[in-house]
Amino acid sequence: MEFFRISRDIPFMRHALVLNIISFLTFAAAVFFIATRGLHLSIEFTGGTVMEVEYKQAADINKTREAVEALGFGEVQVQKFGTSRDVLIRLPVRGEMKQGEVSSRTFDALCSAEGGVVENKSYTTPQGEQVSRMACARAQDEPLKLSRTEFIGPAVGSELARDGALALLFTVIGIMLYLAVRFEWKFSVAGIIANLHDVIIILGFFAFFQWEFSLPVLAAILAVLGYSVNESVVIFDRIREVFRKYRKLSTLQVIDNAITSTISRTVITHGSTQIMVLSMLIFGGPTLHYFALALTIGILFGIYSSIFVAAGITMWLGVQREDLIKSTPAKTEDPNDPNSGAVV
Amino acid sequence: MNRYPVWKYAFILVALFIGVLYTLPNFFGEAPAVQISSAKVTVKVDFNMVDRVQNVLDEAAIRVDRITFDGASVRVRLDDTDTQIKAKDAIARALNPDAADPPYIVALNLLSRSPAWLASMRALPMYLGLDLRGGVHFLMQVDMRSAVKQQLDAYQSEVRGTLREKRIRFTGVSRDGDGLSVVISEAGSVQAARDLLAMRLTTFTWTDDKVPEGTRLTGRLSPKAMADIGNQALTQNIETLHKRVNELGVAEPVIQRQGADRVVVQLPGVQDTARAKDIIGRTATLQFRLVDQAGTGSETVPVRLSPGETVQRTVSLKREVIATGEQLEKASATLDQNQRPAVSVNLNDAAGRAMRNVTRENLGKPMAIVLYEKGKGEAVSVATIQGEFGNQFQITGTFTPQETADIALLTRAGALAAPMEIIEERTIGPSLGAENIAKGFNSVVYGFAAIALFMCAYYLLFGVFSTLALAFNLLLLVAVLSMLQATLTLPGIAAIALTLGMAIDANVLINERVREELRNGIPPQLAIHTGYERAWATIVDSNVTTLIAGVALLAFGSGPVRGFAVVHCLGILTSMFSAVVFSRALVNLWYGRQKKLKGVSIGQVWKPTSAPPRTDASGDLRA
Repeated sequence: MEFFRISRDIPFMRHALVLNIISFLTFAAAVFFIATRGLHLSIEFTGGTVMEVEYKQAADINKTREAVEALGFGEVQVQKFGTSRDVLIRLPVRGEMKQGEVSSRTFDALCSAEGGVVENKSYTTPQGEQVSRMACARAQDEPLKLSRTEFIGPAVGSELARDGALALLFTVIGIMLYLAVRFEWKFSVAGIIANLHDVIIILGFFAFFQWEFSLPVLAAILAVLGYSVNESVVIFDRIREVFRKYRKLSTLQVIDNAITSTISRTVITHGSTQIMVLSMLIFGGPTLHYFALALTIGILFGIYSSIFVAAGITMWLGVQREDLIKSTPAKTEDPNDPNSGAVV
Repeated sequence: MNRYPVWKYAFILVALFIGVLYTLPNFFGEAPAVQISSAKVTVKVDFNMVDRVQNVLDEAAIRVDRITFDGASVRVRLDDTDTQIKAKDAIARALNPDAADPPYIVALNLLSRSPAWLASMRALPMYLGLDLRGGVHFLMQVDMRSAVKQQLDAYQSEVRGTLREKRIRFTGVSRDGDGLSVVISEAGSVQAARDLLAMRLTTFTWTDDKVPEGTRLTGRLSPKAMADIGNQALTQNIETLHKRVNELGVAEPVIQRQGADRVVVQLPGVQDTARAKDIIGRTATLQFRLVDQAGTGSETVPVRLSPGETVQRTVSLKREVIATGEQLEKASATLDQNQRPAVSVNLNDAAGRAMRNVTRENLGKPMAIVLYEKGKGEAVSVATIQGEFGNQFQITGTFTPQETADIALLTRAGALAAPMEIIEERTIGPSLGAENIAKGFNSVVYGFAAIALFMCAYYLLFGVFSTLALAFNLLLLVAVLSMLQATLTLPGIAAIALTLGMAIDANVLINERVREELRNGIPPQLAIHTGYERAWATIVDSNVTTLIAGVALLAFGSGPVRGFAVVHCLGILTSMFSAVVFSRALVNLWYGRQKKLKGVSIGQVWKPTSAPPRTDASGDLRA
């Protein structure tokens, strides 16, 4: 089987200008949405309380919302999570209230809204582990269960946000340095612009759809940054090789040739990674949903940006054979330099 | 050219063997178990406990699968849940005769079902994080400023005492920021005061300046001293937390320091945050009291057993409380002037005065340090008063250095060294945990299967090799994670999946390169060789960039991101080995010996009709 039967080089760079303009517009749109709508940050960054409640029957969101709003915690969000019986409740940080009590008070309210009473329940799991938890009891029945609560203090939140930004900065600088050492500054600039373009576009998607931006999503973005840079590396590597091999080709032709000869690998690797990510998207459940989504967008845009943006920018920056193939430079010595040794 | 020397094959076989060995424990599943650990700092579980538990269970005719001792707790593995509960009841009855004040925690737990020989070589299953197991997680912030403040208050009284002792006149000792200042009114005694303070309070650096009232001496704590205060406060808080968490009867609590001023508390299996918080936030009290030698005191408390002692002694206490834990400023293990282990205690001024009065009148009589927790007292130490002393004294006796350290810690651990606040809290239900495991596992399995299917169909035999290499990568990764006893979380499983998806990149690169060489008409053996050779540089490049991102996450990430980053970085490293060395070994083994190799099974190698690769700016795509 062979998917890519390409006999001539595909003139990718002929379309570079049009595509780069499209790229720029997408980028601008992403920036626009990030600026106007902002990211829907998870409580890991903002601080606050999240509770996941599992109802016995399909949950009545409005009833739940009313019960929570009656507590007066301010702006609360209530939404379905995964199935119709799972409900996710988000509560903001409130200065005057002890955060630790928020979740138990909310659970109390939800329980009494269902006509139950909160009590402590101790039991042994089938594996023999002893477990005790708050349970809502209503005559031999348990109308709702608390599956998960999470509380993050505002100080921790801002710290996480700062650390996230630092991680991004460190990655960008690290990759630029590596590319600059390994290739040449033009590649370094092109590679990083291409990949930051991906990052901004992923963020743009998250801003536009108001998907929840959490720590795992940030991890996914950084992972995809490292991953799609390697796409650019493969192409740059090829460009260098082609420069060496075919001395007569113009820069444009070299880039086209390099991309053409790596396109099959590009599509197959990204396809394989995408298979894995799709598997996470389908089977991973709601917790991994946005993580997988960020990766999907990152991988798709990664292919596109390595070819058109990274290679395109190297072209605009005017990369030349001389940039990559260092002919042993003739010794240039300043005759006036007092430190220069005697020439024998 | 495509042959590996024997040692390379041997090396790969060894790696494979170790990989299998350490991955193995993860497949055995878990068995019900009972875990016995100490409920009090004063009670130590040692190897004798194994025999004791064995006897108890023999008497109750309960069949034991295995008993192990891991340095701090004894674990009994049992066949099923019914015997587990019976065993727990039997052990609890035998070890904790007084249910209201149990010296041991007897908790239900789960233990790996893996055979003893695996456990003996430290091949243990991966440790599951709370999101996979269920439980509570607290992140607590220790208020370091107040720890330093408390210490400075203590030093403040020391400054006063020292100057008074030498009859140096001063006005006002005050705390300012991270230091102390005192104004010396007589110009003549400034130098003497300075020397004296420098000698007594060695952790301060003293400077002086002129103020209207005289000369002001300002002492600043050195950064090291500040750090020491912080460390001591944190250690003490962790110790206190341990004691409190023990009451919850959790089998494997995690109480760890995080960073300079934070403590992580993880309680697997516990779902009731309210109760957990209640217990963690409680305080214990410490009292210094005289012993009533007639035995007619207001109350009688047990004396802590020292190692080797078996008979429980009790001591009768007089009603009057000389000093309490709140007045305690410092307690540490030291050596006395005869180089014997001793506990040095510092009290604040008020307590020092009371102590002086009491000791003056009660020379030669015993005094006890009593720790009250849950309303029950226990004498940590009973010692004879040897002389009149004030706020600073030493307790000596026939102590070992370990004992003095224990007493010092106990004396301090009564209360928290500095207030703590919960800044992060997570509760995960046990069913949600099991669900997360299933979801993560399914993602990896289906993703892997789909990739394997595609690789085998597209690259035929080379695809099979690539798939085997990928499986080998998974094996190594799980083995390394098990070896490191890293905590596996849901993001960690996601990282395994993602790493596998990315690791196949190296094999695709190699296979595409080999095909390309074949397309250019290069003979098969050479094509394999150059294919691997050329792909190597690219593989290194691409892995380095991925690793940069991974390291950044590791350095700056916390919580879930860290779990992701650890797996991601390890996965990149193992993938370099498996994708290149292992797959090459398979290829070499298969093709290497064939001298006249006609073709390789790498799928169809399509050749363009126009022979030399022509580059043309106006070329077009032809299928």
